[in-house]
Amino acid sequence: MEFLLEPFEYEFFRRGLLAALLVGASGGMIGVFVVLRGMSYVGHGLSHAAIGGAVVGFTLNLNFYAGAFAMGLLAILVINKITQNNKIKLDAAIGIVTTAMFALGVAIVSKLRNFKQNFEAALFGNILGITDHDLVVIGLVTATTLITLFFTYRALLFSTFDPEAARVLGIKTESVQFLFSLLLTFSVIASLNVIGVTLVAATLIAPAMTARMLTESFSKMLIYSTLIGSVTGIIGMYLSYIFNVASGTTIVLFSALLFSLSLLKKTYP
Amino acid sequence: MQAISHFDAQFSAAVQLSNVTAGYGKHIVFTDLSLKIVAGQFAGIVGPTACGKSTLLKIILGVHPIVSDQVRLHDNSVSKIKPGTVSYIPQLGSIDWNFPVTVEEVITMGLYANGRVWPWLSKEERKCVHALAERLGVKDCLKHHIINISGGQRQRAFLARALISNPKLLILDEPTSGVDIKTQHEVLHLLSDINREGMTILLTTHDLNAVASHLPWVICFNQGLIAQGRPHDIFTNEILTRTYGGDIVIVKHAGHLLIANSTPLHFMDEL
Repeated sequence: MEFLLEPFEYEFFRRGLLAALLVGASGGMIGVFVVLRGMSYVGHGLSHAAIGGAVVGFTLNLNFYAGAFAMGLLAILVINKITQNNKIKLDAAIGIVTTAMFALGVAIVSKLRNFKQNFEAALFGNILGITDHDLVVIGLVTATTLITLFFTYRALLFSTFDPEAARVLGIKTESVQFLFSLLLTFSVIASLNVIGVTLVAATLIAPAMTARMLTESFSKMLIYSTLIGSVTGIIGMYLSYIFNVASGTTIVLFSALLFSLSLLKKTYP
Repeated sequence: MQAISHFDAQFSAAVQLSNVTAGYGKHIVFTDLSLKIVAGQFAGIVGPTACGKSTLLKIILGVHPIVSDQVRLHDNSVSKIKPGTVSYIPQLGSIDWNFPVTVEEVITMGLYANGRVWPWLSKEERKCVHALAERLGVKDCLKHHIINISGGQRQRAFLARALISNPKLLILDEPTSGVDIKTQHEVLHLLSDINREGMTILLTTHDLNAVASHLPWVICFNQGLIAQGRPHDIFTNEILTRTYGGDIVIVKHAGHLLIANSTPLHFMDEL
């Protein structure tokens, strides 16, 4: 018991644990729609565009989140625009747009030596890097995601499952898609300091896929995924402390383990 | 030649298209189309693949851009009709059957037009879902995943989703495709029962024999209206040749129509 409580003596751990719990919950919630809308690669691409934006913001003396959000939003808008004519597929558009934005960030980092340490933390997540300011941002994003999904549940479910019939029944599917893209951008950016750019996509996809292995009902999948995301965040953070490795890696490895177990249960019931 | 019946003048229009031109960018699918479907009709649109049937449906559903007021549903512009007035069932082939939804969740989607924002069902809504599921014979599988029910039950589940908003007009895109002949008859009989209660039903299909035996009204379409009327009047060699091209054989036997392609397959010669 003492072993479990020991890390709580450190403020950085308490802060990191709360951040991981909230990031896990919001990633689990939004991840269900990411997976079911076939947008798994979007989260990955968005995190790269966001980090490019954060670096550009840094050079312009902007807040980390302001730069990341501006570039993330720009990426979503450009991707939506260029995929509208059906000639360019979503995966190709993500590959071009977000990689270019990430490359811009890398180019700037290679010129600015003093940004290197922050950049590494943003790549792999850093438990020590969670500030009170980060916690406020993560808390606001999680609350916004929860409230928005609660009040748009019916429209989101219908437009994800059958967009054409949803439009006929009066759901503005394009507005729903834009709102969802905004939530996803918020969620990815809020996760960057805890999980890191290279690993954030897994926190969106793994809890949702684990939940999918456990249920055939949409509402249950949403609840399970949120709980799995939260638990994964907490245990991953513990493992990060115990093994003294980047928090993002332990969270993602633990979520991959849970997914593997759920897949085994589904395959060999 | 257009077989327009006395129906046109007598009854109010459920669907009224006036000089509609539609297309995708520079590609025009049809021009200057005028079409009236009377209220309470049970009509099938037939025509070859890529003849514009789906575009026509999308225009009636209000999801394909056209100049406003050229399409009126129950005397209202299609852009101004109340949500829930029209219900739509897409081709079931376009549905992702691995999507995690139960039959109950599918039917519940149709309640969106109620305007209730809470994710869970109210007592009244639950009662309504269960009553409709019982009527359509899917009450026992409400908690089942959509992949774990039969083809007929799937059609009934989607029909329940469409009917739960109590629409005036029900539109179905190829409800008879991809199901066996028994399910096909079951679905068309069910639609016929619903139509008898006063709902206007419009569907597209490739199955001319199903139209001939189950539907009271048929619209032949190929990049424009070829003809519309009762199947026995419309399914003539001349009209079907104009609709599909190539010769079509029509056999009339004991009051039934049987429609087949007149060109036999080569292996038949060897038998």
